[in-house]
Amino acid sequence: MPSIKTAVATITATAALTSAIGFSGAAMAQELTIGVSIPAATHGWAGGVNYHAEEAKKRLEALYPDIEITISTAGTAGEQANDLEDLVSLRSIDALVILPFESGPLTDPVRRVKESGVFVTVVDRGLTEEGIQDLYVAGNNHELGRVSGEYIREQLDGEGDIVVLRGIPTVIDDERVQGFQEAIEGSEINILDMQHANWNRDDGFEVMQDYLSRFDNIDAVWAQDDDIALGVIEAVRQADREDELFIVGGAGMKEIIKRVMEGDELVPVDVLYPPGMIATAMDLTVQHFVSNGPVLGEYILGSPLITEENAEQYYFPDSPF
Amino acid sequence: MSSAMLNNKTTQNTAAQNTVARPKGFSIDLKTWGPFIALVVLAILGVLINPAFLGLDNLSNMLTRSAFIGIIAIGATFVITAGGLDLSVGAMAAFIAGVMIILMNSLVEQFGAGITTIVLGIGASLLLGLCAGFINGIVTTKGKIEAFIVTLGTMGIYRSLVTYLADGGTLTLDWAVRDIYRPVYYGSFMGITFPVWVFFAVAVIGYILLNYTRFGRYCFAIGSNEKVAEYSAIHVDRVKTLTYMLQGVCVALATIIYVPRLGSASGATGVLWELEAIAAVIIGGTMLKGGHGRIWGTVIGAIMLTMIGNILNLTDAISNYLNGTVQGIIIIVAVYLQRASWRKTRP
Repeated sequence: MPSIKTAVATITATAALTSAIGFSGAAMAQELTIGVSIPAATHGWAGGVNYHAEEAKKRLEALYPDIEITISTAGTAGEQANDLEDLVSLRSIDALVILPFESGPLTDPVRRVKESGVFVTVVDRGLTEEGIQDLYVAGNNHELGRVSGEYIREQLDGEGDIVVLRGIPTVIDDERVQGFQEAIEGSEINILDMQHANWNRDDGFEVMQDYLSRFDNIDAVWAQDDDIALGVIEAVRQADREDELFIVGGAGMKEIIKRVMEGDELVPVDVLYPPGMIATAMDLTVQHFVSNGPVLGEYILGSPLITEENAEQYYFPDSPF
Repeated sequence: MSSAMLNNKTTQNTAAQNTVARPKGFSIDLKTWGPFIALVVLAILGVLINPAFLGLDNLSNMLTRSAFIGIIAIGATFVITAGGLDLSVGAMAAFIAGVMIILMNSLVEQFGAGITTIVLGIGASLLLGLCAGFINGIVTTKGKIEAFIVTLGTMGIYRSLVTYLADGGTLTLDWAVRDIYRPVYYGSFMGITFPVWVFFAVAVIGYILLNYTRFGRYCFAIGSNEKVAEYSAIHVDRVKTLTYMLQGVCVALATIIYVPRLGSASGATGVLWELEAIAAVIIGGTMLKGGHGRIWGTVIGAIMLTMIGNILNLTDAISNYLNGTVQGIIIIVAVYLQRASWRKTRP
């Protein structure tokens, strides 16, 4: 008896499921479907990307009932390439917003999406080949380095000893460091050492501990990233050397923005490299379909200096980042 | 098996009483002291590279840092000696840290930011570690699945759970609790920081447990030959499960001193700790295939791994991009020297 029951239940469920898929497929064809492909929330910044993508989805879908937004997250570059195939074949998307895991391996999959007639918006990490994307939205890594360098140069009146903590050895890190070095070029600012702290709190803590035992005088620390900065803050606090230096991070993590807002002298400023850029990209992509003005080309976000005065507008207490 | 045990006994006597050469003494000495000599050589290298290496602050920072991996590695010594393997320790540490932070944050409302909250957090951490270890052990032994697969599985589970708990971001401990909890990492007693004391205490207990108790002897026996151990009426499954539980408790202890350091946990916490712990165990002279374990070697292995990173941070002579290369070479050379002398001592 139970086996017949189970069989019936299975058949019913399968039938219902099939009709549902068929039905939703038919319904979707009439509206505009936008696929958003982003890295899974495995670290703080990517967590922020996920949060802002979800928020933008809610907001845009409420605003435009005809638009459906599908967000898929991937743990690796390979997984993301599979996601792209699924988005095109299963969800028949009209537009794709993608923050590539890595530029190189995803260039070809994105090109294939483009060839199927989809509008493509690339976010943050550029593809290795030009002319694939319709729209490019990104932060400015070079600018982040430059703004940080100029602030430190100004604060130190053009002379002093500083230490630098670098990120994971990548193009992003290189561009930031290059911008920074250009900004302090020609001044009497001396970089005592640069070590990789891999955008990680624990590494930031350990590298800074070693800097502190190695150098008797440090006037400023360029941590380049807010996760590193949090580790640096603890190391400095442990060594009781809060009074001799200040720290410049980057990104716009809520904990750091809060400190800036409260006028913390150890962390007087932050430089923006916002995970919210995914929302900007989604907005612009929708605009391409609903606006009568052309929305194409490149949209490069500024990397403004976040100070005590303007910190509030960059503070998102509900975001995980 | 019995000869291995006998051999081991000799080794301990040498180590414990610091007696001078027996007939074949010198090579045995080299085997026991191998990791220690490597450590001293590395330290001399450190001083030559930068005299700041010997600064009290630097030495204290370094030892304190090595405590996490060290404590976990002591647990791993038992697991590996008994012929097992635990890949889940890094993810487990991140997961326990995450749960601890969430729990303490929510307890603040009830108990306020005080000792009670912290003690409950610590209690929960130990309980979680024990349970996590029990799961690894029971699934490995009763489920008859290779430890590699079981712990690879739980590694993925804990890693994704902490990411889920943190919503992809970072969990941060309530600042008031943190201020009270902070001394557990930063505070010191007689000039030595608490994490180092804990590390030392765990090592002493581990040493006694492995070398002077029946449980320790069973670990050696099972690691040497599981079948023979079973025929000798040893409850193999129970002993193996116990080693995983011990590992879990060690992970919990490491987490308890890790959390007050930065007061946060995220998906990036404890990444690759499992490999560092296993490396520390092997550098210390424990056999990866089981049957032979050495606690003090493990301690030195853990300190050595931290020391390499520390020395690399103290110099800008080596390109940052090559840090991994230097680490790799030192680890291989250290183990090679030891194994070379091991070969010589064999009859």
